[in-house]
Amino acid sequence: MLGSRCLKVEIAGLKLHNPTMLASGILGITASSLRQVARAGAGAVVTKSIGLRQREGYKNPTTVQVECGLINAMGLPNPGIEEFKAEIEEAKDLEVPLIVSVYGFSAEEYAKAASLAVEAGADAVELNLSCPHVEGTGTEMGQNPTAVTQVVSEVKRNIRKPVFVKLTPNVSDIADVAVAAAEAGADALTAINTVRAMKIDIETGLTVLSNKIGGLSGAAIKPIAVRCVYEIYDAVEVPVIGCGGISTWQDAVEFMLAGASAVQIGTAIAYEDLGIFGLVAEGIAAYLRRKGHRSVEDIVGLSHGN
Amino acid sequence: MRTVETGAVKPESPTVKSIFFKDALCARAKPGQFVMVWIPGVDEIPLGLSSFHRESRVCSVTVAEVGEATEALNQRKAGDLIGVRGPFGNHFEIVGDEALVIGGGIGLAPLMPLIESLAERGHLSSILIGARTSGSLIFLDRLKRAAEGGIELTVTTDDGSYGVKGLVTDDLDRVLSSSSFDIVYACGPEDMLYKVYHLAERHRMPLQVSLERIILCAMGICGSCVIGPYRVCRDGPVFTSEQLREVEKEFGKYKHGFNGGRIPI
Repeated sequence: MLGSRCLKVEIAGLKLHNPTMLASGILGITASSLRQVARAGAGAVVTKSIGLRQREGYKNPTTVQVECGLINAMGLPNPGIEEFKAEIEEAKDLEVPLIVSVYGFSAEEYAKAASLAVEAGADAVELNLSCPHVEGTGTEMGQNPTAVTQVVSEVKRNIRKPVFVKLTPNVSDIADVAVAAAEAGADALTAINTVRAMKIDIETGLTVLSNKIGGLSGAAIKPIAVRCVYEIYDAVEVPVIGCGGISTWQDAVEFMLAGASAVQIGTAIAYEDLGIFGLVAEGIAAYLRRKGHRSVEDIVGLSHGN
Repeated sequence: MRTVETGAVKPESPTVKSIFFKDALCARAKPGQFVMVWIPGVDEIPLGLSSFHRESRVCSVTVAEVGEATEALNQRKAGDLIGVRGPFGNHFEIVGDEALVIGGGIGLAPLMPLIESLAERGHLSSILIGARTSGSLIFLDRLKRAAEGGIELTVTTDDGSYGVKGLVTDDLDRVLSSSSFDIVYACGPEDMLYKVYHLAERHRMPLQVSLERIILCAMGICGSCVIGPYRVCRDGPVFTSEQLREVEKEFGKYKHGFNGGRIPI
């Protein structure tokens, strides 16, 4: 079923045997864990975000469970791209596309990290222009269309592999940012990263996360993500990858109807087995057959016609 | 996360304390499971449950002072608030009739509910525990109670200030040659576990060990605790001989630091 032809998708030249992908920030810090996710059925995997210099991340609590989701502020822990190159090289036998997520504190830093990732064997990079809890990168740059243009242009000048841009929902008009990224040369857009959020423990009166503010993920943000994908699909020509609260094939299909060519799964792994990738893919295939469609492509953006 | 009041705080040694609290979910834990304990405003750390009782709902974690979080936790007084998530992870599986349990240092904490459960069922044959010095020995009273009725209890200290001088693994080759156990359980420093693993393999005895890694989310998503294909927080913390063979490249050799990079053990 996973080899089902109807599930094959091509995104910016990357061939996926099915449209489910591991979202950035989830596992993805070692080649072994990426391999485990690929074996569980993911059509592509995205690593944790990697920068030029190592970061230890924030002190715990870095994750807290809330109604219908999780709030996290990990603080971009990563060993730095030089050390991480060994994991990328080790992940060469994955048999699914390996997308390395990168961040930087300037356009040049994004480009340097992206170049080194590609040099080590990344099939594509995803620019983290949307992390909501580290100053000077991520959302801070991703909220500003001019900064997005600069980062994407600089990365495109330096690498030949596809460049994905992961967008933040913490903006007044996500289509503006999507257009800026696409016009600067982004090959695909991932929407969305987490929504800025907070949890307070009422007994102690303290914010639970050590960073106070984190990003909300999971079922709570799915309707926001679907709306964002819908708006982006209307605004740009490049493929959109849906992300935000996907845990079933029904969720995945909803994102596709809104305009997503593929979907990323992250938070659901906290509640489900890694087999979720295969299950979601099988469900999409059954839906396509039942509705008489021959491929995922047939349903991408279908809700825009009505 | 549940916010609970700490109950009694019991010194186990000059640098180790057991902190008791009431929690219905933790009271239903299984031996070897762990909880995430939030020290408000300081940190949140993984700790094995050192006791839990279904009826009274009283549970405990036992904490050795090794850094800021554990020092802050050990300064808690009865009535102070802590946060608790869990219990998480898998647990020790009780197999066979004759078990050997090996504990090193603070690694004894998550083994205590197992030891007591094995003793109750009559499956406990032998206990081997090691500590740096007599002052750092913990749970001696509980161990002696569990060992009543002819169960062998051997204590080693690095300096010989109590029991046999040396490491807990020094005499293990002989112990494994002279008796046949159905299962060996172990928890302690990884270099100790590595030696136990090799000796158990040599004597073809099945082993279950509880491993320690940096655990942050405890939900199997952040990746901080991975070893090979496994997540210690979800697939562990207890690993079998078969699983340890799969992760021989990492087990006893390196683990991942807070930045995800490799740190030699």
